[in-house]
Amino acid sequence: MARKDSIRDKVSIVGVGCCQFGENWNQSAADMIVDAAYEAYADAGIEKPQEEIDAVFTGSIYSNKGPHECADALKLFNKPVTFATNYCATGTDLIRLGVLSIAAGLYDRVLVVGYDKPKDRGVSGPSVVVDRVRDLPQTPAGWFSLAAATYFKKYGATRQDLAKIAIKNHANGCLAPKSFLKRTITEEDYFKARIISWPFGLYDSAAQTDGASAVVLSRSDLASRHPSDPIAIKGVTVRSGPNPQKDPNHDFLSWKPTAWARDDVYEMAGITNCPEEIGIAQVHDCFSLTELLTYEDLGFCEKGSAKEHIADGTFERSGSLPVNTDGGLKTFGHPTGATGVRMIYENVLQLRGQAGKRQIPNIDGKLALSHNIGGHPTACGIALLGRL
Amino acid sequence: MIGIISYGAYIPPTRLPFSVIAGRPASDGDPERSVAWHDEDAITLGVTAAVHCLEGFDRNQIDKLIFASTTLPFAEKQSAALAARALDLGRDIQTEDQTGSTRAGSSALSAAFDAVRAGSAKTVLVIASDARLAAPGSGLEVKLGDGAAALLISDGAAIASLDHFAAVTDEITDVWRPAGHDYVHSWEDRFVLQESVLPNLSRAIESLLVRCECSINEFDRVVLATPDARSHATLARSSKIEQDALEPHLFGRLGHAGAATAPLLLIAALEAAKPGERLLLADFGSGANAAALLITKEISPLKTRRGVAWNLARRRVVSRYDDYVKAKGLTATEWDAGSNPGLSATILFRERDDDLSFLGQQCQSCQAVQFPKQRVCETCYSKDRFDPLRLSDQIGKIVTYTFDYFFPTPNPPTIVTIIEVAGARIHLQVVDIEAKDVEIGQEVEFVFRRIHESGGRPNYYWKGIPRPEIEHG
Repeated sequence: MARKDSIRDKVSIVGVGCCQFGENWNQSAADMIVDAAYEAYADAGIEKPQEEIDAVFTGSIYSNKGPHECADALKLFNKPVTFATNYCATGTDLIRLGVLSIAAGLYDRVLVVGYDKPKDRGVSGPSVVVDRVRDLPQTPAGWFSLAAATYFKKYGATRQDLAKIAIKNHANGCLAPKSFLKRTITEEDYFKARIISWPFGLYDSAAQTDGASAVVLSRSDLASRHPSDPIAIKGVTVRSGPNPQKDPNHDFLSWKPTAWARDDVYEMAGITNCPEEIGIAQVHDCFSLTELLTYEDLGFCEKGSAKEHIADGTFERSGSLPVNTDGGLKTFGHPTGATGVRMIYENVLQLRGQAGKRQIPNIDGKLALSHNIGGHPTACGIALLGRL
Repeated sequence: MIGIISYGAYIPPTRLPFSVIAGRPASDGDPERSVAWHDEDAITLGVTAAVHCLEGFDRNQIDKLIFASTTLPFAEKQSAALAARALDLGRDIQTEDQTGSTRAGSSALSAAFDAVRAGSAKTVLVIASDARLAAPGSGLEVKLGDGAAALLISDGAAIASLDHFAAVTDEITDVWRPAGHDYVHSWEDRFVLQESVLPNLSRAIESLLVRCECSINEFDRVVLATPDARSHATLARSSKIEQDALEPHLFGRLGHAGAATAPLLLIAALEAAKPGERLLLADFGSGANAAALLITKEISPLKTRRGVAWNLARRRVVSRYDDYVKAKGLTATEWDAGSNPGLSATILFRERDDDLSFLGQQCQSCQAVQFPKQRVCETCYSKDRFDPLRLSDQIGKIVTYTFDYFFPTPNPPTIVTIIEVAGARIHLQVVDIEAKDVEIGQEVEFVFRRIHESGGRPNYYWKGIPRPEIEHG
């Protein structure tokens, strides 16, 4: 019978890399893939990737070039190269596919590369979906904001609470060398900014940027061959969900895929005491309210209580469960395929104690969580990392 | 008896005061005109008028639809077919467009009577609708207005019979719009009045009176669809129409609604008419039509409906001329609608039931209602066991909402909601409401509107509107 804990600790991260995120006008997707992958190679002590990498899992949303874009950039030929997408959860799903391939006993070492290059399209934000008549009009801001009117009405939260999330993430992003936005904002800045889709203003919304991030995964029993401090995968999952826009019993107070993925991955990792066992989390803050709902959907606090925890600073770097310690999507932007892998990069640095000025103290023995949610949202991916 | 058995109207609630056109602030009582807003056109106005007309009537009895308009959005591709689909009229019916003249509405009415009398159709729905554009600052800008009327003609409980009809045709460049042009043009007013409006309408009325073998004074109500207020007064005088028989025009409130003008004026008269009254209707455009109608005793039992009075009482006043200019696209905008091939024709084709007819589906196993159609039930997972269910004439409820400032529209924000209707959830725009007035739990009706334009083609879908505070009558 299938066991949820069957992959726990089987696979470790032995190398991480991340390119500079931003409006990379003078870099192609291939250029960024090379930056991210070669940083991960160096971290893992890999000198001959063509010999040492057994398989590649890569993915993006905006690129339609398939696996060859990554394979050609890195000249990784005569290898199994898989191109996969899962909306904004693509990055986490790529990690999952890499982990499964090693846990199955097929490969010793695989490379995961998530990337995206939306800034070649000539528009500042994500595309307005123009596909079929009844899908219109919608933008990501338009569909994620649909939870605001209902949540605000039921739990009394306001834009004031969202502002605190934006201010926190901007402050954290200033301490992350690879982030795009390095500027603190005030509450006044927040309320003066233009509205994108009520209640989301400019500072509630993640930027659009180019970026790539890479991870080298190894069998845990072979991890000591690498010079870096290995970090084990405790659990990783994705979950599909119904479209909240036609789901007949959706409550617009939480996102179902997150709750379903949470139950699955906590069982994989053997978590019985949430949030105490989790020391740090990178969650999908495509919009400020998405981060707020995620605090609750992941069980970091009771449904409806997020605003009290925001006021108390629970999720600040100095709080009991720091969230988005590198500034999140808010300051890195959201190159879709890269985001989940970038979160793994941050959690690995934090667990190793290599996160510089933004290092969270006292996370020894605790788990690091990363979370992506994508679609309307119709998909969620969660990964849990920790020490062997 | 063969006659009109029902009527309905739709006038867009958006009103542009003449003071605002002149650059002054609007004040109460200013003369105004109606404006089809950016998501409305002759099709959507006409469909809504027809929905109002068909309230309480079986749509399955309709076997012919005539769509009359000078502003059909497609030069090739039938508007009547699109309207029939939106109205869920079924496939085995006759459909045709009547166009090219502002008297297309009264011509369609005459054709409908001819068809029922000849037995080629049993029940004919006539939709007359127009949304004409006048160049900014032109004299026509304050004369035109947008609106639609629908009339149902059958052998049954007729409220009015059409007993005589006369037409004259004329070739004259008085008011025109060349193919490919957006704006209606007019030659000098006095030329139009003296050489076209007065002679053509007078000739048609005289011809009608000969057929009726009576004088104009024997009509209790005289309805004159003239191109402006001045010609209305002049014709009434020259034709010796008594003031108490002369039905008021709608200039300063609605304006000249092209092909819909005569049918709208007729509906306004029917709303006040009493059994036994005789009514004369005269219409103008490339000649003129005149019709003699007799009001029957069925006028009293006809349930009050959304006619002209109801529509005129519903108003949303535009306070800035710039909003109007943007909504009508009268100046170049950032978005080039014609630079892509548009939505896939095959997707449009296979989603007509969802997008145009607004048909949901009801699961035969668990009775759950869903939209759009899907193969596997969202609730009980049974497969391919559904009955279609029309949602367009049901009442929905707002589950949640947002105001999207990012979506390209001339007048942001776009109000986007999740609507629950018959248990189904639908992602839908809500229009004709201010953002501050949107509430969770609010009830909405559905209207057929333009959702957007791509590839130079309008795409149509349904939107929610708040349930009107004004009821019938």
